[in-house]
Amino acid sequence: MNITLENLTKRFPARGRKAQGETVAVKDLSFEIPDGMLVGLLGPSGCGKSTTLNMICGLEAPSEGKIFFGEEEVTHLPPELRGVGMVFQNYALYPHMTVLQNILFPLENLKGEERPSRSEMRERALETARLVQIEELLDRRPKELSGGQQQRVAIARALVKMPRVLLLDEPLSNLDARLRLQTREEICKIQKKTGIPTLFVTHDQEEAMSISDRIVVMKEGVLMQQGRPQEVYDNPANLFVAKFLGTPPINVLEGEVSGGMLRLDGQPVLPVPGAEEGPVYVGIRPEGFRPDADGPMACGLNRVEVLGRETSMVCTHPACQADTLRAILRSEEEAEAQSGQVRFSLRPEKVFLFRRSSEERIRFDCPARAGA
Amino acid sequence: MEQNSRKAWLYLLPSLVLLGVFLIYPLLDVLVYSVEEGYNFASQTYQGVGAYNYSYVLHDPYFLQAVENTFVLVILTVPTSTVLALLISTALSSIRPLRQLFQTIYFLPYVTNTLAVGLVFMVLFQRTEYTDGLVNLMLSWFGAGPIDFINGPHWAKMFVLCFYTVWVVLPFKILVLTSALASVNDTYYQAARVDGTSRARIFFRITLPMISPMIVYLVITGFIGAFKAYSDAVALFGTDLNAAGMNTIVGYVYDMLYGDSGGYPSYASAAAILLFAIVLTITCINLLVTRRRVSD
Repeated sequence: MNITLENLTKRFPARGRKAQGETVAVKDLSFEIPDGMLVGLLGPSGCGKSTTLNMICGLEAPSEGKIFFGEEEVTHLPPELRGVGMVFQNYALYPHMTVLQNILFPLENLKGEERPSRSEMRERALETARLVQIEELLDRRPKELSGGQQQRVAIARALVKMPRVLLLDEPLSNLDARLRLQTREEICKIQKKTGIPTLFVTHDQEEAMSISDRIVVMKEGVLMQQGRPQEVYDNPANLFVAKFLGTPPINVLEGEVSGGMLRLDGQPVLPVPGAEEGPVYVGIRPEGFRPDADGPMACGLNRVEVLGRETSMVCTHPACQADTLRAILRSEEEAEAQSGQVRFSLRPEKVFLFRRSSEERIRFDCPARAGA
Repeated sequence: MEQNSRKAWLYLLPSLVLLGVFLIYPLLDVLVYSVEEGYNFASQTYQGVGAYNYSYVLHDPYFLQAVENTFVLVILTVPTSTVLALLISTALSSIRPLRQLFQTIYFLPYVTNTLAVGLVFMVLFQRTEYTDGLVNLMLSWFGAGPIDFINGPHWAKMFVLCFYTVWVVLPFKILVLTSALASVNDTYYQAARVDGTSRARIFFRITLPMISPMIVYLVITGFIGAFKAYSDAVALFGTDLNAAGMNTIVGYVYDMLYGDSGGYPSYASAAAILLFAIVLTITCINLLVTRRRVSD
């Protein structure tokens, strides 16, 4: 069953007596969570991710637009009739109940024919607990659990009523770095096992890229781009997406296209056939530099960081927006520094051009970039 | 180490001295008074040591009346006021418009002068030559006869006292419970809503357990406060509470010391010690009962 959002808009009235106008948290947002997929909703804080989540689960009513679960429109259904499982950022486990009681709670809310018998409830709770591997913690209270365990209890509580869609709000932000890696794999595994379409919200692009089948990038309530993580990374639609995805981040330089050549600081560095002429922003992924003694791009070398598998060179370039730019080279590639200068040639598929005014992508013909 | 602990004691000294002089010593002194038989106030002498004072107090019909009154007051007002406060504060926290206004209105009795409150109750309940009081007026609409609430039957006077007590203690309880309710994290309610929890179930399974520590606090302090009731009774029924049959234990202690029939510190001390024992027992029972239920 696909979850579909159609032209969702959410406006909040201005708060306070003096405030004027209203805040648009989400604007004309449309995307789809395909059946059985794990979708990462990604964006900086305050971009409307959580509002979107709340609209899907029914805690907030959209100002405009529609939400479909499969064929059924649920836009105006109250949360309890939608069949959503939600995992809150702080887990919201009831502190006065044991783990088992927490997991049983949603089942005990069911009424009429839907309500399973006592023993069925227990059976289902135990089954879910086994799925997230917390069988041995059932008699504990939430405060006696570690962050990762609490997270699993929260997932179990969301899954136990077999929701049509699972929503996770910043599921990993309360965990320490090591646990985060482990838990994100765990979430991915559980999602694949249950096959429930899942949307999770995060501001951490690495998190989203690593486990999502699809990612949806948002900025200030507006959808920027969606697609498979690699696709979006290799083909950013605009400067924002290019900057938001990837660690270390993309290097942004100010350049100019003239005569079919991309010029940085006046020097031609790359042929860009088909690109329109004029001043541009140039995004170069750190892995887009190739050391080349005769290369067209000359940079001042600041320092070299040897990381074993790869080498990271921190350089300066007059056209660069930041103080330094970073090039990542495979360790067998060697760059020769001469009088504090290194020269690179660029891999065209790792170079993106953006219009100065709109920050939209300018395409150019690049044989290495299939389907671009 | 040695020096440190000497310093610590030095810092503690002022409060220890004050506590010793004004709290510990009087407490012990009361205990001593209560076992000195035939104590003479003027000559500061006594004839022997024993339990006679206790026996006298426990056989004094006025004391028994006071104990009965106090217990009735405690048993009626503590649950009533707590439940009422809970209902009101729940209602208060679920409304948005005019919430501040209602909060202020409910808190007003707390800052109102006792004498002014007494006057209000006079208007409500007191019979004068011209009127039977506001409550009697309302009763007459339903055909119920005028009742003398101030000088009439014991149950009517007890009703007024309980009504007054509930009304006086409500603001503080509402204040405490409203802030307790506000401190419950909103995501618990969101989680419950997503799971389709009914309002009643949210209240009994989530809200109530979450604020139970505050409720326990209110019940315990409510018990203690009600056991110490005295001034309310005076405000309503005047100083001769024994004659009105409306005395409380603390009132009895006061009367034994300074009242018209007073001048018996030994009896007063014995009654005070008995009150202390009662309050201590009830508080211990309270804690034992609630400890298991309140885990957080």
